[in-house]
Amino acid sequence: MSALSLSHVSKSFGPIEIIRNVSLDIAPGERHAIIGPNGAGKSTLFNLISGAFAPTRGQIHLNGARVDGAAPQVIARAGLSRSFQVTNIFHRLSVYENIRCATLWPLGHRYVFWRALSGLRDADRRTQDILDLTSLDAQRHTPAGLLSYADQRALEIGLAIAGDARVILLDEPTAGMSAAETVRAIALIRKISEGRALIIVEHDMGVVFELAERISVLVYGEIIATGTPAQIRASRRVQEAYLGTGDDGAGGQH
Amino acid sequence: MIRRLAPWLGFALLLAALPLVFRSSTALTLMSSIGVFAVFALSYNMLLGQGGMLSFGHGVYFGLGGFAAIHLMIAIRSHMLPIPVFLAPVAGLAAGLIAGAVLGIPNCKRSGTAFSMISLGLGELAAAAGFMFTGLFGGEEGLAGDRSAGPVFAGLPLGPLANLYVFIAVWLFVAALAIYAFSQTPLGRLANAVRDNPERAAFIGFDPRRVRYLVFIASAGFAGLAGALAAVNFELMSPLSLGAEPSTAVLLMTFTGGTASFYGPMLGAAVITLMRSLLSDYTSGWQLYVGLMFMTFVLFAPGGIAGVIDAMRRAFAQGGAARLAPLWAARGLGVLAAAGGAAFIIEGVLRWREGGKALALFGQTLPLAAACGLGAALLGAGALAVLRARPRDAQAPA
Repeated sequence: MSALSLSHVSKSFGPIEIIRNVSLDIAPGERHAIIGPNGAGKSTLFNLISGAFAPTRGQIHLNGARVDGAAPQVIARAGLSRSFQVTNIFHRLSVYENIRCATLWPLGHRYVFWRALSGLRDADRRTQDILDLTSLDAQRHTPAGLLSYADQRALEIGLAIAGDARVILLDEPTAGMSAAETVRAIALIRKISEGRALIIVEHDMGVVFELAERISVLVYGEIIATGTPAQIRASRRVQEAYLGTGDDGAGGQH
Repeated sequence: MIRRLAPWLGFALLLAALPLVFRSSTALTLMSSIGVFAVFALSYNMLLGQGGMLSFGHGVYFGLGGFAAIHLMIAIRSHMLPIPVFLAPVAGLAAGLIAGAVLGIPNCKRSGTAFSMISLGLGELAAAAGFMFTGLFGGEEGLAGDRSAGPVFAGLPLGPLANLYVFIAVWLFVAALAIYAFSQTPLGRLANAVRDNPERAAFIGFDPRRVRYLVFIASAGFAGLAGALAAVNFELMSPLSLGAEPSTAVLLMTFTGGTASFYGPMLGAAVITLMRSLLSDYTSGWQLYVGLMFMTFVLFAPGGIAGVIDAMRRAFAQGGAARLAPLWAARGLGVLAAAGGAAFIIEGVLRWREGGKALALFGQTLPLAAACGLGAALLGAGALAVLRARPRDAQAPA
């Protein structure tokens, strides 16, 4: 069974069709990248999968359960979490509180007001694990809004994985990072995606070809090719539409 | 553990010491009122500070809690119920919780501006309904209760002002502790998360509307408890107390005190209740002063009184106090001068409207034009001192 499967998904805003008949199957544990030029509909596709919008047509299944049109919190509870292209954190809460909030639901501490947060050992342990994993432990007490950009991106990923979801969507996790920060981010993404299905939208072709086991190319809302990095590199159609011929691929989106 | 308990121990000691220092009946009455509004403001800050919900209709729950307590007091007296009035706040809490659970359904459907508008509408609706159902709310005259009716609780008849103070202080302490405890639970923290970023809260599994709704109910419950304290304190509730007046007052108090810290709203309740009571003895324009102060905080110190105190505490902790002391002194003097200047202008205008010619001050009389001119000069100089003052080593603004 696929971890995530989209069949014939379309989304229109008014008369404009942003996503056209997209079908995609992601196996459990697979690292899958979605690439495509700006405005191809990559973020919209993430919004459809994670429940921010409902698709106009088509079905989405998460671990076999149908989730298209469900509210974001329902999809999150079913085992999918995501990060955002524009940093989307709880800016007045400390780094620690940010992560701890994201651990609560999966650990069963739901709308609880009869127990103190400080007594939730399992949430503390899980939060500590994520802080270690994302190298944010030194900033645990810092309000998230005051973190450096790279640290906010790391926190963004931390929030996405804190709930131990089996399917993770990362929307341009390395956008705006320096080369050194990008190397760190790739290592982090590799670490957190062990045993999980990961779908990543990314402009940096270096990151994509380094991380992804399979790649889908989205152009004008349509998937024009899906395959291994080698297949995608070799595909004439992809080169014409997106990567550009005679280029090694990097920066070809412009 | 001790560090966590220390503020509460200090708070309990303060509450116990106040009536020993301020013993007059005026002071006791005033402190009791402050206690009532401190609970109300704390409940309001569960919405505004903790949950990011700006309500214009929190008076509804205050009023309904108050009427629940009044009806309980009436029943205790007429049916000889064996319930002490001391426990009336429990009835207020229950009324607030129920009203919050019902009215919270439409109110929490939306957030942001729409939430505020719905709360305003519900407040107007409740006040209008209050005047229609005279049996329940007593119409124009309201309903009166008797706090000395019924059995005495813990050897404390509520008639004497000193005992009334103890009653309110005990409930203030209990309510503050409960509201603080609520803020330290998973739901309390999620209220902060939803305040900061409702969208992200949904993507980590929580329904932001559900979080807001639950916090709303809890907040309404404590507003009801505050209303019950008011009912016992004043022995009178009018349908007006369901409407705009308490809803606005609690917003002023909470914001002026500071929404970002737990104790801020209590400070705001104290300052505004004091201004209301003390200033109204001296001037008919006391509301102008409260409004001016509120605007000053909104514009220049949006962290409220507690925000200013916390900034000073941080400076002391980081050893910057010596460097900042001249700045604080300059700003403090500037605020005093500006407040004095504003007072000259307000009093001058009030006197002129009443047909007076001069302002009497410290045995001197000052022609109105001179008073207003002096006021404008003081206000300008004070404002300049506040806005231009910088730490000594800082660059002057370009």
